[in-house]
Amino acid sequence: MKKLLLAAAITALCTGAFAAGKDLKVAIDATYEPFTYKTPDGKPTGFDVDIASAICEQIKRTCVFVEQPWDGMIPGLMAKKYDVIISSMSITADRLKQVDFTDKYYNTPSRVVLKKDVKYSGPESIKGKKIGVLKASTQEKYALGELKTKGVEIVSYDAQDQVYLDIKAGRLDGTVADILEVGGGFLSKPGGEAYELKGDELYIPKYFGTGAGVALRKGQGALKSEISAAIKAIRANGKYKAINDKYFKFDVYGK
Amino acid sequence: MEWAVIFEPENLALFGNGILITLWLLFASLAIGGIAAVIFALILTGPWAPLRWIVSAYTFVIRGTPLLIQIYLIYYGLGQLEWIQARWDTIWPWTYFKEPFFCALLAFSLNTAGYTAEMLAGAIRETSAGEIEAAHAYGMNRFQTMLRVVLPSAMRRTLPAYSNEVVMMLHATSLASAVPNMLDVTSAASRIYATYYLPFEAYLAAAAIYLTASFALIGFFRFSEGRLLAYLTPQKH
Amino acid sequence: MQAYFFVILHGALLTVGVSLLALLVAIIFGLAGAAAKLSGKPVLVGLATLYSTIIRGIPDLVLMLLVFYGGTIGINTLLEKLGSEATVDINPFMAGVLTIGFIYGAYMTETFRGAILSIPKGQMEAAWAFGMSRLQTFVRITLPQMVRYALPGFTNNWLVLIKATALVSLIGLQEMTYLAKQASAATRSPFIFFMFTGALFLVYTSVSLFVLKKVNARYSLGAKRGQL
Repeated sequence: MKKLLLAAAITALCTGAFAAGKDLKVAIDATYEPFTYKTPDGKPTGFDVDIASAICEQIKRTCVFVEQPWDGMIPGLMAKKYDVIISSMSITADRLKQVDFTDKYYNTPSRVVLKKDVKYSGPESIKGKKIGVLKASTQEKYALGELKTKGVEIVSYDAQDQVYLDIKAGRLDGTVADILEVGGGFLSKPGGEAYELKGDELYIPKYFGTGAGVALRKGQGALKSEISAAIKAIRANGKYKAINDKYFKFDVYGK
Repeated sequence: MEWAVIFEPENLALFGNGILITLWLLFASLAIGGIAAVIFALILTGPWAPLRWIVSAYTFVIRGTPLLIQIYLIYYGLGQLEWIQARWDTIWPWTYFKEPFFCALLAFSLNTAGYTAEMLAGAIRETSAGEIEAAHAYGMNRFQTMLRVVLPSAMRRTLPAYSNEVVMMLHATSLASAVPNMLDVTSAASRIYATYYLPFEAYLAAAAIYLTASFALIGFFRFSEGRLLAYLTPQKH
Repeated sequence: MQAYFFVILHGALLTVGVSLLALLVAIIFGLAGAAAKLSGKPVLVGLATLYSTIIRGIPDLVLMLLVFYGGTIGINTLLEKLGSEATVDINPFMAGVLTIGFIYGAYMTETFRGAILSIPKGQMEAAWAFGMSRLQTFVRITLPQMVRYALPGFTNNWLVLIKATALVSLIGLQEMTYLAKQASAATRSPFIFFMFTGALFLVYTSVSLFVLKKVNARYSLGAKRGQL
């Protein structure tokens, strides 16, 4: 009896997965509408998800989406829980120390978001206000580097949509977020009418990097060039444009 | 393993701050919850049926649902109600609900009150009939009996089970990391893990901190039991 | 909005799965631990004591994070050192089941140990006098009687275990609590979703209490209770 249980336990442990073969495990943080989110019945969807599926089609592998909270993204990749991250992860110098990135697949800036009646002329003008950001994101880095030093209170959250929940509740005065993400995930939804984008578009490479790319572990040169080539291909054959137009009014590939 | 990272001053400060918040949360919720528990236990063993039902329902819900859900309900759920949103900028008690610390404190206090109330009520019910009869024979009314005979005895008998509850509460404070902006020991460890990619070092350090605290608490309770429950220990000749 | 509720109900199935499997693991660890503690051999007793002391000194959440994040990295590094290309992934489900089972195994050890000690020694002695082997004694005499004594502690541990499964949401398993959190953030209405999840937990614990009461009645048949 005990041997049977032991055998069953080992089998169960193995179903954890010995990765190999045609599947490509893609990590997503499904709280980032309209780039990565879930439909009410639980299916992953969004710009990132569609681009990932297009890339997989191009390199002839099956995408398997794995959900992962944002601050555990890179650690999970290094722990080999999945093969790539396609979830609006910006290519920054800090991240390149740990992981590899393919070429970018879009580049949009971030901006500060505050209530319409708040006058914003730079970090000093919102001294004492509470700004919510996503843990381990480029926006958090910017906020801690530029806003906190000028006296703004920064609160870090596990997921971007929880930032919006607390903004709506009134616990936060605003956030720093990607302009398209905050547009699709907050400003255009009920509760977001009183807020708007403020200040300049933030393209600072020191914090925000050079666009969003597909992250993979170091030492996988073949996969990296495969995916970069796939991105070029879907840009060329119109698939990118089709997905782009589904969600946005302009070309998000950027500079 | 790179333990040196943990001992860098800024990371030690993170853990140190975390320990302060954890202990503050623990003792504050035990104090508030403890007082509430005594009141609830008295109601549970009292003669007023409607009050008894209300408190019974309360302990039933508290003991039947996870603490995590209770925390989420108080922090996010209450924060969503417009009635509270309208008041929490200006009107006094409601301003507290804006703070994550208060919400966590409230959730932990309500939780420990529920469990401790049932423990204490059980001990009150088990009070030896002879003691109560003796109190009545002395002419004490219900209030005096409770205050002088039953409660002191019941509280002592609850001590072993309560020591378990206190250690459970210490472990429960790690859930405070689920509330944004609560920087307790567990969230300090998570922060170090996310920054340096060292899960073992970070979480083992946190585990060591909790282990030490648990031992300290258990030691304290063993000592108290030795003093307060001395009459229950086997006779030494 | 309704669709979210159905998704959470599906998550409830996962919760039930995690808790039942974890219970199995806990019972195995509990029996092993109790046997070790009762064996009298200092090495085994020491090991079992170390086990229950450490488990009861570390929060469930910290242990889960250690096993989930640390465990995968640990195993994969080990495999790399052994030269294998394969990667083992401890998914949240496995991490949750193993951790919770491991933790509550420590509590079960105490429960089972207390229960076995409560059985009158004469029963075991009579069995040995009959020539039964240790295994036969355990299965035919000790175990059935132990159940009755163990049930109150077992029920308690089981109820706490059910609630501990909510913690697995914090390492990313998509059970009820995780899905409720996502739904509440997406729809900006946390109150209704967390109330719903709380109610589901309440149903689960109440049903368990009811079932375990019946089991208690069945195993207490014939036990004489003193007149109070």
